[in-house]
Amino acid sequence: MEKTWNNKAWFLVLPVLLLVAFSAVIPLMTVVNYSVQDTFGNNQFFWAGTDWFVEILTSPRFWDALWRNLIFSGVILAIEVPLGILIALNMPKHGIGVPVCLVLMALPLLIPWNVVGTIWQVFGRVDIGLLGYFLNSLGISYNYTQNPAHAWATVIVMDVWHWTSLVVLLCYAGLVSIPDAYYQAARIDGASRWSVFRYIQLPKMKRVLLIAVLLRFMDSFMIYTEPFVVTGGGPGNSTTFLSIDLVKMAIGQFDLGPAAAMSIIYFLIILLLSWVFYTVMTQSDAEQK
Amino acid sequence: MARITLEHIRHAYSEKAKAAGDYALKEVHHEWEDGGAYALLGPSGCGKTTLLNIISGLLTPSDGRILFDGKDVTQLSTEERNIAQVFQFPVVYDTMTVFDNLAFPLRNRKVPEAEVEKRVNEILEMTDLAGMAKRRAQRLTADQKQKISLGRGLVRANVNAILFDEPLTVIDPHMKWVLRSQLKRLHRQSRFTMVYVTHDQTEALTFADKVVVMHDGQIVQIGTPAELFERPSHTFVGYFIGSPGMNIMSVAIDGATARIGDQSIALSAAPVLKGQGRIELGIRPEFIKLGREGMPITINKVEDIGRQKIVRASFCGQPISIVVPEDDDIPADAKVTFEKQAIGIFADSWRAMNETGRQEG
Repeated sequence: MEKTWNNKAWFLVLPVLLLVAFSAVIPLMTVVNYSVQDTFGNNQFFWAGTDWFVEILTSPRFWDALWRNLIFSGVILAIEVPLGILIALNMPKHGIGVPVCLVLMALPLLIPWNVVGTIWQVFGRVDIGLLGYFLNSLGISYNYTQNPAHAWATVIVMDVWHWTSLVVLLCYAGLVSIPDAYYQAARIDGASRWSVFRYIQLPKMKRVLLIAVLLRFMDSFMIYTEPFVVTGGGPGNSTTFLSIDLVKMAIGQFDLGPAAAMSIIYFLIILLLSWVFYTVMTQSDAEQK
Repeated sequence: MARITLEHIRHAYSEKAKAAGDYALKEVHHEWEDGGAYALLGPSGCGKTTLLNIISGLLTPSDGRILFDGKDVTQLSTEERNIAQVFQFPVVYDTMTVFDNLAFPLRNRKVPEAEVEKRVNEILEMTDLAGMAKRRAQRLTADQKQKISLGRGLVRANVNAILFDEPLTVIDPHMKWVLRSQLKRLHRQSRFTMVYVTHDQTEALTFADKVVVMHDGQIVQIGTPAELFERPSHTFVGYFIGSPGMNIMSVAIDGATARIGDQSIALSAAPVLKGQGRIELGIRPEFIKLGREGMPITINKVEDIGRQKIVRASFCGQPISIVVPEDDDIPADAKVTFEKQAIGIFADSWRAMNETGRQEG
């Protein structure tokens, strides 16, 4: 493709640049501003230097939330990615089943997050919830408001229910882009089902899988609404993930300085981990060439 | 290696095919000899790929049976039929090396590794890929990828037949010649039964011993390249084969004379015509003599194609093409004569019997 160099083209990105500046850069700078100052209200600020950062990084509360969040992200990735691939592989490629499956798959993605939380909050209740009542009548004393393990299980199952569809749809898009000739050739070459997956389907899904993993990681690492609605971070602090902790600190306790410092650390962690994911996955791609 | 028999094969892609027009492939009843090189020739959508996929087992025909060496294989899968097939667009396993790609069909069949090595190296040599055996297949050019696909088709030593579905579409013109002659050579060495689908007459005529011309879901003629050229049994074969194609003009028949406009053309024998169908006369541009004697024509255009000139003219109001040697003069008031033996008479597009005194098959 021929490239034309014309500096006037920069003006074309100006509107987006302004938009991003107002919606992202300026708020971020405000947060930076808060993170190095202390205030006692009345719009008076005092220079605090790196105090807040030190405080956050040395607080067990922050590290606990971080670990919780990392484990949560790890678990849901370990479930949603293989499950998503498996469902995508088994979805029909022709006929009336295609739109039916696609709509069914898209449904959870269309539901507002707080509604998802509410659905599961009610669903899991021991007294009136279908799931909670059913489990208890089976003799399992399930109660997500008292047992941390149950709370975790509920939040994880909810996330899997809500977001596996995204992985499915992305994988499916990768799968349908494979021409029929590949499958026919594989049949003629006598390839097993596993070989077809390993040498045809997986390589073709690789790029969309990368996107799926990145999106799911970032989203789950920033998860707030659903666990907040279902468990409110409890019982105790057992489902208090980073963003829930952050909101408690900023809005609940009105500790603007530490909350701002935590926001920046949080942001940097996501940026770093996303970069690591991306590099690792594209690197392995490059090595194979 | 096998003799392939097609018994009253028909195929429709929809379940509820009733009328003949619903069939993508109309009835085919034919036998392919063991070790033959066949080309299925026809325009896009004429059913040739359908027929090929039925032979390979990727499609099960709606009606009829397929036999390999007399054994019914209609319900057998592709693997069980032991067929190799090469597709129109390159299929390579991106993550494997060129060597592993070629070894894949063999390794899937548990061929001993020493044998795999030997076969693959032969194929690498043949397809000029020897230098890149250890390269990943992903970054190769379309040419090279298609050579890998071809190689995977050829690598197995004991296949019943090798089928090619327009395999050279994506290959450079220069490479096409090379690969085609390599295929031809390989066929002579191995005596595999080979079926080659193409819409390119040059490819079909140079590759195959027998060319099967298909049109609108049916086989219109099976013959050697010479037969197709000299005695097309259908007007479609007439104008599809040859460049330019056969001149077809509607005529009236009166005994052993064809009348067109106010001109009469003597035929070598009276054609036997059944009924009152559409009667046409066909003659190849190569068998029309342009000179100062004969029937008048009006020249519209002369195309110089190097060693020959193609004269586009109108004859009694109908378009006509004439091939003239490069250094022949074209007179101002040009006239034409038809070579009597080269004239064919077609009734409703099919060649009418007996017009040259011989019985049509």
